[in-house]
Amino acid sequence: MIAELGHFSLVLALAVACVQMVVPMIGAHRGDVAMMAVAQKAALAQFALVGFAFVVLVNAFITSDFSVSLVAENSHSTKPLIYKISGVWANHEGSMVLWVLILSLYGALVALFGGNLPNVLRARVLAVQASIGVAFIGFILITSNPFLRVVPPPFEGRGLNPLLQDPGLAFHPPFLYAGYVGLSMAFSFAIAALIEGRVDASWARWVRPWTLGAWTALTIGIAMGSWWAYYTLGWGGFWFWDPVENASLMPWIVATALLHSAIVAEKRGALKSWTVLLAIFAFSLSLIGTFLVRSGVLNSVHAFASDPLRGVVILGIISFFIGGALALYGWRAPKLKAEGLFAPMSREGALIVNNLLLTAAGAAVFIGTLYPLFLDALNGPKITVGAPFFNMTFVPIMVPLMILVPLGPLLGWKRADLVAALERLMGAGALAVFVCLAIMGFISEAPWLAALGMGLATWLVAGAFSELAARISLFSSPLSVSLRKARHLPRAQWGMAFAHGGLGVLVAGVVGMTAWQQELVTALKVGESAMVGQYELTLEKVGMREGPNFEALVGVIGVKKDGKDLGFMLPEKRRFPVERQEKTEAAIRTNGFADLYVVIGEDNGQGGYTIRAYVNSFAPWIWGGAIIMAFGGLVSLTDRRYRVGAPSRARVRAQPQAAE
Amino acid sequence: MTRKNRRAAFIVTSLAILGLAVGLVLYAMRDNIVFFYSPSDIAEKDIGPGQRIRLGGMVEEGSLAHSSEATINFRVTDFVKAVGVTYTGILPDLFREGQGVVAEGHMQADGSFVADTVLAKHDEKYMPPEVAESLKKAGRWKEGEDTPMPEGAVKP
Repeated sequence: MIAELGHFSLVLALAVACVQMVVPMIGAHRGDVAMMAVAQKAALAQFALVGFAFVVLVNAFITSDFSVSLVAENSHSTKPLIYKISGVWANHEGSMVLWVLILSLYGALVALFGGNLPNVLRARVLAVQASIGVAFIGFILITSNPFLRVVPPPFEGRGLNPLLQDPGLAFHPPFLYAGYVGLSMAFSFAIAALIEGRVDASWARWVRPWTLGAWTALTIGIAMGSWWAYYTLGWGGFWFWDPVENASLMPWIVATALLHSAIVAEKRGALKSWTVLLAIFAFSLSLIGTFLVRSGVLNSVHAFASDPLRGVVILGIISFFIGGALALYGWRAPKLKAEGLFAPMSREGALIVNNLLLTAAGAAVFIGTLYPLFLDALNGPKITVGAPFFNMTFVPIMVPLMILVPLGPLLGWKRADLVAALERLMGAGALAVFVCLAIMGFISEAPWLAALGMGLATWLVAGAFSELAARISLFSSPLSVSLRKARHLPRAQWGMAFAHGGLGVLVAGVVGMTAWQQELVTALKVGESAMVGQYELTLEKVGMREGPNFEALVGVIGVKKDGKDLGFMLPEKRRFPVERQEKTEAAIRTNGFADLYVVIGEDNGQGGYTIRAYVNSFAPWIWGGAIIMAFGGLVSLTDRRYRVGAPSRARVRAQPQAAE
Repeated sequence: MTRKNRRAAFIVTSLAILGLAVGLVLYAMRDNIVFFYSPSDIAEKDIGPGQRIRLGGMVEEGSLAHSSEATINFRVTDFVKAVGVTYTGILPDLFREGQGVVAEGHMQADGSFVADTVLAKHDEKYMPPEVAESLKKAGRWKEGEDTPMPEGAVKP
């Protein structure tokens, strides 16, 4: 009975979303305040209804209600609670409900806290947001009803893919979706601005925090996914340029570009139509990502047993939103008048170069990811585009961008003094060159590219610090003055320094791991030893261990370095009887600078076990860097200029009129 | 700097970056693409040793053998032709005899295949699309069936 209520609640949500899509839009057109006011109530109601449906679904999973087909297909009564809950979105239907839940949550947030938005803009934004809701709730109800019953209900469920029963992956989808769907807000604002034919500073000021929030969530989500792949797939890599990974990277790249262009749109009134276009692209790529990942066109852990109808419907939805948005853009964008003239050598100019490079990098990833699918659709040869392609395209585009990152923030608006900016970066530059030379000089087997890469990483981190130091006049005024300045420095400034510095840490991790990874693949009998890097690994014992819903083959591996005993590592190979699958659990030992990574394989039939071990230099820095970047995003989000209701310290802007 | 010059500077920068991106993509496309072949394709076409390819099909029942140390041999089949594969390392968790697999590597002069990467499907309901298609072409599998039928097999 409860499951039927959940279904009914979704149907009601669809009806409410239809109202929210139509009435406020007409109201905004006619200048009818009452009709526009429908938007807020509808957005809240839609969130409450979708929220109820979601809670019903979670409840069905927690109570293991196997009369609901989705629960029977994807859950099992012996599964730990956390994986019962994460099982809700570890399947197609449930993940779509989560998608719609986040979408309606954002709509509700605009309704609640959008008091300082012009009425007309808010009504249109919510109407556009509702149209996305209509498409996706409709999609769920027509092709992927999560509340279907099975008669007779089975006594036990079929369990969840063990690869997904992992803490790193349990919360990867919610973060990723928070990011994907967060970009829907930027999209809704862009469409509303196009309908209105006007982009002003208050528009850009609203788009920025949404994009920033989405970007932060995406950063965390992507980092979690990559961390999971690192320790579960047992390949000892962090990024495989798999189409599914690229599907999440593309919106991230464009969101990064949007984040930067929205600054220009807010502060200087320039790049307006470009910012609107980027907002459309960012959400379009989120939709394409959802399609690629969920429709089963790609072979991956994300592709659930698929139904061709779903792929066709999602493709239809995507074509409608992207095509419609671009057509609207083509028609209305010429109305968006740019202001704010600037010289090429200026902060605006630097941000344009940032945008050009980021979009070029995004385009390279897009081509590499979609070209094989395109060729396949034309019945051409089946091909794969792998890491070498992306290393040759993405990396050379990103390197110049990273060289420019520390410079941009030191340039003034409108017209900048390049020499003065470079002077401030002398220290950072000297440090980067020093690191580069030191690596070439002291580490004999260092490839010169690795030395340059480490130099680049140093340049980014030191550059972020130099920028902060310049703002608070560190070293050039007494410490107390600097500290006072540091306290009054806007949070956004700190956030940017963290994000740019975090990028440097991430680059160091990627370069270090790529250049200095050491690998060992061998078979060991109990008592035998092998060396990886400076570590001596001895297979001491092999035993079995019982988990809650699996049994594991555990290798007890003694680790020694320079004759000193460092204790044991316990890699596992888990067998899940319900799902009849296996899962590798790598043992990782880290000292902050390098990971020792050990995986145990099967019995090779000759009394030995396959052992794969890596020393991954700087590996922890990859995720550390990503976390620092996301932290920067969070710090920046707390900037008082974004805080709801806080008095604006910037100059007062003209209140937009109520209607056209 | 006049408005015209500014616009020119902007356009030149954009074109330069666009050109860089297009150049890189075209250059990388030339020799970083990996083609997918089924065992039948390999028998038909002459694939030079050293060319990087993907081989996909089913792992032949009873063909999995550990030769020495960490090296593993198995055969990939589409039930028409089969190719022997050598791989050193740990097989993916979902690798099993009688199930779909995609191996990446290169052919040897003796007609065997050396893989450096082995990808297995991710769950029991799922079949790598390339493998499904090549099996369909060989007439051994229809959409909706659980497992493909080997020659002469009887469905239980």
